[in-house]
Amino acid sequence: MKATVLIRPKQGILDPQGEAVGEALRTLGFAVSGARVGRLVDIEIDTEDPAEAQAALDRMSRELLANPLIESFTIELEDGA
Amino acid sequence: MSGAPRIAVITFPGSNDDGDAMLALELLGAEPVRAWHADAALPDGTAGVVLPGGFSYGDYLRCGAIARFAPVMDAVGAFAASGGPVLGICNGFQILCEAGLLPGVLRLNRGQQFICADVTVRVESTASAFAGAWEVGQELVIPIKHGEGNWFGDDNLVAALEAGGQVAFRYLDDVNGAVGRIAGVTNEAGNVLGLMPHPEHAVEELLGPTGGVPVLAGLIEAALAPATVG
Repeated sequence: MKATVLIRPKQGILDPQGEAVGEALRTLGFAVSGARVGRLVDIEIDTEDPAEAQAALDRMSRELLANPLIESFTIELEDGA
Repeated sequence: MSGAPRIAVITFPGSNDDGDAMLALELLGAEPVRAWHADAALPDGTAGVVLPGGFSYGDYLRCGAIARFAPVMDAVGAFAASGGPVLGICNGFQILCEAGLLPGVLRLNRGQQFICADVTVRVESTASAFAGAWEVGQELVIPIKHGEGNWFGDDNLVAALEAGGQVAFRYLDDVNGAVGRIAGVTNEAGNVLGLMPHPEHAVEELLGPTGGVPVLAGLIEAALAPATVG
């Protein structure tokens, strides 16, 4: 089944990329008070069991996809895959 | 092998300072030997390890995040656990942090720019195997060249490192946004050291500052002390 892992800089962690993007958006004239830049990983996982997939995705996020010191992550499983 | 300690310099795909590390170690009296990321073991007689600078695995995902899964890293972890001295420079520092052998993580420089400059770091602690000839307060001029050298640890971690003497080097000036201007840290046992500045580029007067000498000499001295593998 398909899943998406979204990785974000943790709350309170300085995000230089996000600040630059926010600044650029303001330069374009948009009323933007903040922007944060994260990462998205689409994954096709070889199981049809949502619980099993969730558990595996949770582990991959902790062990590789995100660095828990500075990043948080959310997992989105695609329905009916 | 005479009196020169054998120091393994590990080449990952994308390492680019391995050659300079070999030259600098040889210049300072060690016996450098190349090791390959896919090796399952360190070379026989290895008494010290260098993880050099570069862009291992293209810095994909996060700097150092993929390199930590290289086969040789199991051997490096075991070597470190047995007390062997391990030095990570720049990308090598990033790898050691991602591998959990050193505390913290290296993030994008606050100014978002890649910085290439000679900087001054101060020795902050002599509580490590590398510090036999260091003095607290000693200032070393060593070049940096990195885009992700902004060391980060949360308040609790920083307080623990400061209290435990694990902050080895601090930048005199804030160069990249690193918490506490931290330029280099050691593990709790004091036998793993990582720093963003490049000591291997600062060993010959003809070519510029020589602040790298005490850092690499510290590794060589540490490599003379503990048991070797193999």
